[in-house]
Amino acid sequence: MRILLMRKHARSNPRNFMMGLLLLCLISACAPAAAGTPENPSALDTHGPGAAQISGLWWLMLGIGVVIFAAVVVLLVMALLRKRRSTVYTPAERDSDTGRSWVIWGGIIMPLGVLAILFVFTLHTLAAITDPVDTPLSVQVVGRQWWWEVNYQQQGIATANELHIPVGVPVQLSLESGDVNHSFWVPQLHGKMDLIPGRTNTLTIKADDPGVYRGECAEFCGLQHAHMGFVVVAESQADFDQWVVGQQKPATAPTDDAVQRGEQVFLSAGCSFCHTVRGLDDSSVDVGKVDLGPDLTHLESRLMIAGATLTNNVGNLAGWVVGAQHIKPGSLMPNINLPADDLQALLAYLESLH
Amino acid sequence: MATLPSVHEWNESLDRIWQAPVGIIGWLSAVNHKIIGRRYIATALGFFLLAGVAALLMRIQLAFPQNTFVNAEQYNQLFTTHGISMMFLFAVPIMEGIGLYLVPLMIGTRDVAFPKLNALGYYLFAISGILIWLTLFFGTAPDAGWFAYAPLTETRFSPAYGVDVFATLIEFTEIAALIPAAEIIVTVLRFRAPGMSINRIPLFVWAMLVTAFMMIFAMPSIIVASTELSLERTISTQFFNANLGGNPLLWQHLFWFFGHPEVYIIFIPALGMVSEVLATFARRPVTGYPLLVVSLVAIGMISFGLWVHHMFTTGLPILGLSLFTIASMVIAIPSGIQIFSVLATLWHGRLNLKTPLLYVIGFVVNFVIGGISGVMVASVPFDWQAQDSYFVVAHLHYVLIGGAVFPLLAGLYYWFPKITGKMLNDRLGKWNFWLVFIGFNVTFFPMHISGLLGMPRRVYTYLPGLGWDLWNLISTIGAFILAIGVLLFVINVIRSLRTGEPAGENPWNAGTLEWATTSPPPVYNFEPLPRLAAATPCGRIRKAHTSSRSRSTGVKHWGQVRSMRSRKCAFHCRGIRLFRF
Repeated sequence: MRILLMRKHARSNPRNFMMGLLLLCLISACAPAAAGTPENPSALDTHGPGAAQISGLWWLMLGIGVVIFAAVVVLLVMALLRKRRSTVYTPAERDSDTGRSWVIWGGIIMPLGVLAILFVFTLHTLAAITDPVDTPLSVQVVGRQWWWEVNYQQQGIATANELHIPVGVPVQLSLESGDVNHSFWVPQLHGKMDLIPGRTNTLTIKADDPGVYRGECAEFCGLQHAHMGFVVVAESQADFDQWVVGQQKPATAPTDDAVQRGEQVFLSAGCSFCHTVRGLDDSSVDVGKVDLGPDLTHLESRLMIAGATLTNNVGNLAGWVVGAQHIKPGSLMPNINLPADDLQALLAYLESLH
Repeated sequence: MATLPSVHEWNESLDRIWQAPVGIIGWLSAVNHKIIGRRYIATALGFFLLAGVAALLMRIQLAFPQNTFVNAEQYNQLFTTHGISMMFLFAVPIMEGIGLYLVPLMIGTRDVAFPKLNALGYYLFAISGILIWLTLFFGTAPDAGWFAYAPLTETRFSPAYGVDVFATLIEFTEIAALIPAAEIIVTVLRFRAPGMSINRIPLFVWAMLVTAFMMIFAMPSIIVASTELSLERTISTQFFNANLGGNPLLWQHLFWFFGHPEVYIIFIPALGMVSEVLATFARRPVTGYPLLVVSLVAIGMISFGLWVHHMFTTGLPILGLSLFTIASMVIAIPSGIQIFSVLATLWHGRLNLKTPLLYVIGFVVNFVIGGISGVMVASVPFDWQAQDSYFVVAHLHYVLIGGAVFPLLAGLYYWFPKITGKMLNDRLGKWNFWLVFIGFNVTFFPMHISGLLGMPRRVYTYLPGLGWDLWNLISTIGAFILAIGVLLFVINVIRSLRTGEPAGENPWNAGTLEWATTSPPPVYNFEPLPRLAAATPCGRIRKAHTSSRSRSTGVKHWGQVRSMRSRKCAFHCRGIRLFRF
């Protein structure tokens, strides 16, 4: 149910239209500079036991690999540069069996030994990261083209593109897909797990340090696979509990006129057909069935928007509303053309959704 | 009393029987294996260049974050077509083409078993490939990746007909691939020259034989998969739709059961080429012929047990995944046999450092890096970080380019004189090698790093400030160096075709049968078919040359090869390695 509403007086009132256009240009110019938080999602900068174990295995394999490669290169260079003693072939050189011991020792025995060691460490690491642990917290993550629906079912929270977890607590993620294959990957915390329609995969993640960790979708899922990021916010238990309480509340009722007007714009522009705002009275929509777009009840509490593509600030939000197809062409969010006054009101409303 | 025909009469009658018809109809109806082989090679190289241009466009797009050189849809079509073209339209067909050209020559027969079928295979391949590329130029190329995972490829998520093109034309390409497989098996097993027992065939022929058997077992899986995909998109079967009882993993299993052996189908002929080039340029037999044969067969067989390593992150039970880790690691052993055989052969040989040998050395360096990163991603926990990131892109290019393209270039430089009668310029060849080697490493080594830094693959752009910017820029610069190197190869080929030095029968003093006839060979390959003397051990028995310009310009008699012109009937060739256990 995608409704693109063109406000009639955007056409008939050129001044408002031009103001809106100017705003769009300014926002688009700022958007690239404001996009993204400077977090390096490095698999070697580990902040969780899963990633740490894997990183340990990596350094071992790298060490062994470098030694083997260096040995091969040294042997190669020596073979190229060594002086052959005479100009006449020796019978040994003419024999195809000469040098067989190289092949047996270097090609069979050495790899067998190295691979046996690596396999043992692999199993050890695999066991360490997949051992069942008590997971006091469960989160359901549903991958959709091209955003992440995040549901804390026990707590009754729905959000999008952002997970909050308490530091030091294992969290079980139930990974499902609403359309095509996706993959949930937070390199700093753990390896990835695919989201496959028809299956529920589980991944247990834990953060050892507080911080904001960037995640990416790691399975090609169509046009905007590149813009399907998310963030995992690891915080103290107290902060996490406070966050949960805040998320459980319905949307705060509008307190001033601008926000009230914005709520009207939200309804009349058709936003509620795709986006749920719990507490907003919209009798035209069956809230339980709306899952085309992220839940916006607490939009302002989030760090980023548009699949962790843009920092959540008013400029980017305006650009996203008016020109989503410019930022993420092909996504399900259409360009919502609004006159400048309506846009400002809508932004005021969205900003009130703490 | 019957008399034997004179040599002149013999040649004339062979010419009459084997000559291709003339004119347009003749050109279209040519069935000689050398003509078909040349066409495979030329067409495949054309697709290689096209796919390379697509890659350059991709690299330009990724040189800077949030670049707008191409948009998302264009980029997705580009990377899909790049993958399809490289894997289905270049790598496999060129190996098959070289195999079809050389195998009958190497085993001493006149043509493959089924020449007309051979021509059919070529036309199926060429037409499918051209059609796939045409869709890119029309903007409707497939855009779901070369492995086209369902359900993204279903109509509801990919309504444009690019994916239909993929499903249908890949079926044709794969059927086309089965034809050379059948040819090679029957030709090698039934058409060898008298005296050439199976344990005397050159290592390249062994490699093509193993590859052909692998194709027979692997291709049906992709044919089933692409048929199911076609049916899914046309008559709404629900093989892959989980909502209606299907399973997306079915596609992955079917595809990768083919897809993993596919990469070894590309790699094994390259190993065969390495052995041939090595023997000639180290001027001694390759160390460990029996071990090498066993390793080729082992790689072929083990490669069918690895496919789930492409699915390590799908949530399959980890006990099963561990078994595939073992298999994926174990295949490093026969590959290690090959690498150490190269090292041993070089060590005990007297090296003629021409361009083909340089490419073999490049193969050793790059393939070992690719193999090491392969053992890393074979490990399930590490693969959970590396899968679908640029680390895997780096690994696959190191094994495909290092392990297949470098040997291919070695083989092309080596056999170009035989195929065309002209030598490729060796000095230009060395420039070509160094630019390709350096460009390749500058392009793909940083991808290990950007992958570990969290960059997923198949992204048309990326945000600044995530630590990926510098590595992407370096990769793009490397891609252009690599492109210049490839361009030098093209220039070398074009120039040499026109004004290259005449090659003579055996410019490299090589020991396999294809060098015992003219360059290029007559349409009937050999005058009287060669017969191998049974008892004489052979090998590259000649005095070591200390000068670098040891290649002669005339006909070179190698070991005790005698020219057939001096004999009326049987031709004794002693230039074949004797297999000894």
